[in-house]
Amino acid sequence: MTSFLSANAELIITIVKIALLLFIVLTANAYLTWFERKVVAHIQSRWGPHRVGPHGLLQPLADGAKFLFKEDPTPAGVDKFVYHLAPLLALTLALTAIAIIPFGPNPIRLFGHDIYLGIASPDLNIGILALFAITALGVYGVALAGWSSNSKYPLMGGLRSSAQMISYELALTMSVVGVLLMAGTFNLRDIIKAQAGPGIFGWPGIFGWNIWPQLLGFFCFFVAAIAETNRAPFDLPEAEQELVAGFNTEYASFKFAMFFIAEYTSMITVSCLCSIMFFGGWLSPFPDTWTFTHYLPSAILIAFGLWVIWDGIRYETILGRIMLPGLGTAIAGLGAVFVLFPGVNEFIQGPFWLLSKIFIFLFVYVWMRGTLPRFRYDQLMAFGWKLLLPASIVNVITTSFVILKWGAK
Amino acid sequence: MTPQLAVFFVLAALAVAGAISLILQKHPIHSALSLIVVMVALAGLYLLLGAEFVAAVQIIVYGGAIMVLFVFVIMLLNAGVEEHTSISKMAGGPGLLLVVALGGFIAATIARSSESVQAAEQTGTLSSTRGISSMIFKDFVYPFELTSFLILVAILGATVLAQREKS
Repeated sequence: MTSFLSANAELIITIVKIALLLFIVLTANAYLTWFERKVVAHIQSRWGPHRVGPHGLLQPLADGAKFLFKEDPTPAGVDKFVYHLAPLLALTLALTAIAIIPFGPNPIRLFGHDIYLGIASPDLNIGILALFAITALGVYGVALAGWSSNSKYPLMGGLRSSAQMISYELALTMSVVGVLLMAGTFNLRDIIKAQAGPGIFGWPGIFGWNIWPQLLGFFCFFVAAIAETNRAPFDLPEAEQELVAGFNTEYASFKFAMFFIAEYTSMITVSCLCSIMFFGGWLSPFPDTWTFTHYLPSAILIAFGLWVIWDGIRYETILGRIMLPGLGTAIAGLGAVFVLFPGVNEFIQGPFWLLSKIFIFLFVYVWMRGTLPRFRYDQLMAFGWKLLLPASIVNVITTSFVILKWGAK
Repeated sequence: MTPQLAVFFVLAALAVAGAISLILQKHPIHSALSLIVVMVALAGLYLLLGAEFVAAVQIIVYGGAIMVLFVFVIMLLNAGVEEHTSISKMAGGPGLLLVVALGGFIAATIARSSESVQAAEQTGTLSSTRGISSMIFKDFVYPFELTSFLILVAILGATVLAQREKS
């Protein structure tokens, strides 16, 4: 038994990592829906979900149970094989993309093996290209769902989605070329490493990030990425006022949930990519010499935990008065653990900054949905082809000239 | 059997099965899907040879962009199930002969140079992005630019042909 374990250690570690990441991503997805509903509700002066559990915190569980137990009818006249394949394809590709993201700089030493955060090997040389390859296939989930449903509105949604994705994929790919030129590699870890050290004016920390020299590239990338994930204000494939629910009109129950999870997972992937490519990934915005900032994660966690406890003891329902202080104690306790164990605190610095940046981008996603009206179809096409693509090409040419004249740094 | 060889056989079988399915499927969308399977399986084979860049580009360009256009056009035209005609005389006689000739040619080539075919580990210029780019932009820069120019002319031609008449 032990010999079997040691012989296949890499394989076993990878399988455990996949299971763990799957659990984390799916839970994050569930609470992202809660977060989105809450934020959009507050933008519109509403309360959002607040019936199921304190502050509606158990709403995602209720939604999940509902998705599982609903009837799942197959409409008449659908192309059975493609109809069932489409949600599977969408979900699988969305989840595969997140396997390429590295989540922390240092490995954990466990049972004599260096275990890196993130599933893909740390020296995956085509990191960003592999991600683009997976997102390039992602369009099939939506397009085929629209086509195979044998219904007008889904077909319109599928067509819109394919046209939109073809148009924006060019700008998406061109906009990161500037970053790749500056880093000289496709490897996501090396792209982050290239952002460490002195940046503009030789200042440390946040000034080394790619966002300063690549502001135009970031703008093109973020807009194109939102369009690629079919989110507002580019959510024409599922424009509910025009197309009922777009490509997923004929899907119910868990097959609908699969599209839903795929969309939210893509949001997380794009947020990871934005943080890694333009905002220094797991690098701290402060200079390395400011060691006191290493207590920032603990300070934030403990403060947030105490606030949740304070909020919880005044909550209306008994469940809330039990659940919220418990949750707050857990969060504050986590912060205390980081303070008490310096080794742990050192290890979580990278993941803390990366996760904070991802969280900010997810908030921006939701914020945009709550703020901006949807594009008209011709505006969408004109914007992609006449503004985004030329802008990203200008960015590539300018970056190349600057690097040719003054070197990469 | 090494794991690499096992993966090779799985991918090769997938590619061949996809290619056969591409011809036998009655509906255009199903044929397009089969072609995507072939493209992705080929990308897997490139990856197995250590040509990571080529594999990624294979999926991005062929699996993604080009096949999405295929699917898009089929969906837009709402093409239905194709009628199957009996094998034409052209395909029956000379076609079969050509298949035999091509198969024989490939078999002969493989038999003649068995060593170079077995040398699967590509560690030369083709494996790295740097190697490919220096080949394209240094060694073969004129043919490459000429091809780009040709494609540009084709795009302009297509745009002119598709343009509405100015009234």
